[in-house]
Amino acid sequence: MVTLTCVAAALAVVPLVVILAYLMKQGAGSLSLDFFTRMPRPVGEPGGGMSNAIVGTLILIGIASAVGLPVGIGAGLYLAEHRGTRLANGVRFLADVLNGLPSIVMGIFAWQFLVRPFGHFSALAGGAAIGAMMIPLVTRTTEEMVLTVPQSLREAALALGYPRWRTSLQIVLRTALGGIVTGVLVAVARVAGETAPLLFTVLGNEFWSTSLTQPIAALPLQIFTYANSPYEEWHSLAWAGALVLILMVLIISLIARVVTRARHAGGHD
Amino acid sequence: MTFPQSMTPLNSQQPLVATHLRPIVPPPGDAAASLATPPLVRGLPSIQGSVVADRIYRGAILFFALCIPVLLALIFVEVGVAGWPALSRFGLGFLTSSTWDPVAGEFGAAPAIAGTLLTSIIALVIATPLALGGAIFLSEFSPAWLKQPVSFLIDLLAAVPSVVFGLWGVFFLLPLLRTSVMPFLRDTLHLGATPFFAGPAYGPSVLAAGLILAVMVLPYIAAVSREVLSAVPRSQREAALALGATRWETITGAVLPYARTGIFGGIILGLGRALGETMAVTMLIGNRHELSASLFAPGYTMASLIANEFSEATTDLHLSSLMAVGFVLLLLTLVVNALARWLVWRVGRGGT
Repeated sequence: MVTLTCVAAALAVVPLVVILAYLMKQGAGSLSLDFFTRMPRPVGEPGGGMSNAIVGTLILIGIASAVGLPVGIGAGLYLAEHRGTRLANGVRFLADVLNGLPSIVMGIFAWQFLVRPFGHFSALAGGAAIGAMMIPLVTRTTEEMVLTVPQSLREAALALGYPRWRTSLQIVLRTALGGIVTGVLVAVARVAGETAPLLFTVLGNEFWSTSLTQPIAALPLQIFTYANSPYEEWHSLAWAGALVLILMVLIISLIARVVTRARHAGGHD
Repeated sequence: MTFPQSMTPLNSQQPLVATHLRPIVPPPGDAAASLATPPLVRGLPSIQGSVVADRIYRGAILFFALCIPVLLALIFVEVGVAGWPALSRFGLGFLTSSTWDPVAGEFGAAPAIAGTLLTSIIALVIATPLALGGAIFLSEFSPAWLKQPVSFLIDLLAAVPSVVFGLWGVFFLLPLLRTSVMPFLRDTLHLGATPFFAGPAYGPSVLAAGLILAVMVLPYIAAVSREVLSAVPRSQREAALALGATRWETITGAVLPYARTGIFGGIILGLGRALGETMAVTMLIGNRHELSASLFAPGYTMASLIANEFSEATTDLHLSSLMAVGFVLLLLTLVVNALARWLVWRVGRGGT
């Protein structure tokens, strides 16, 4: 039986290894400098890249962070400082529920709320949709990290006459920053690859656009479109895009892990 | 808002700090006292100003906290209102009818609902033993050096974007299913005699969607199980071992019963993920409005139905029907997630 659990653990790791290996094999061939600097070409013309989609994804992450970080960190501070109250418990529960919301539902909600009334697709609507998906993740990490800050630190600041808000923002939040950064990075990594909320909000764009009120290209969307196309060149571009996307996500996750470890190593000062 | 109240520390068990603070910091407006302030405190903002600032700060974080319930309510209302025309027109028939005909204006979501449940169940049946077995190995038997890297790799699986799973599924999993797995199940194991594994092996199928979902929910179930298992007190294990139980008996007799509720919560959490998963399923399930007993046949899930048809919906009723499907999906995942959180929370409370 012990061996069986060992086999289960091994099997649980297999899919990741297989996916990564296959991605490397398929994607590395089509990955070149052109991929990052060139625009997509029409079918039949070789070469071309996804510079517009890469820039688009970065812009979308920026919008999402602008929406998700203040709300998430603020709500996390509230939950940590008002622990045990009925409102805090309710908000915490709803944050968890929001975390489990299907991304496609967020997509149709954003369409109904941010696209339909304005009559056109926009980068803002898509960024806001994935920003909303960041909120519960950032909220819960912020709360947990703020709670790990020793009470004595807070008391020391208050005893020095620091007002409550400065204690929270300059002492507590700063002490917990490492952990919060980790949580934020994890949230960014998760929403960077989200496709479903973008389908009906940013739509995708074959051309170069950085306008926030216009449809914009995004890496996950482009991968989806290219993977569903019948063209061989587009398939290989989809692989290269997937490789770039997953490297982005993995690097962010690794940075998050290093930040966590550095915090634990230097936790005594 | 009074000053001492704003100084109340988080943990009520902790001694109140305000009483110590009072004599050091002068009350507002007391000029003489402020001249006598020790150098360390001089230069800090006056209490008067900080009361206002505190109020702003507390108002701001309350506002951000309230954003979460408001956002959820807004999603509920917007999607519900948009789906209402279809729901009111078809009534319960929307959930039970299997006709989906945009041309005739007839919409029933039964195949998509059934497909959602079926793919999710396949995913759980495959993922649960692997995730639970892996979690037991990592928390009970694994050498210490192996724990961290293996947990990290399993967690990393959760970070892989859905569309990448889909891409991999289309070009790796589908051909594999078509050429090896499906013929093996049907012909070599003679499962083709049952209706569940009958029919031609195209590739895109309920089975393919269930398999990719299994890979996607595995890290969630594994993470919760691992956490719950590590929350089981040492004394529980030591007591069982002291009674002469083997290590395996300790796990089945003492550890697992203790962690049962939490593990179940993790599985339900995985179910919540599987129900709402969109992109990978859309790319692998074959998208057909028909429910067949065979797992080899293409099908639909609620999420893939929306993803596939939303931008092509021409009539208001079609659009409203898709919104209604979204609303049903929303309700389903909310119930499932609430249940999961409640279960995990109950263990967290009992475990400490």
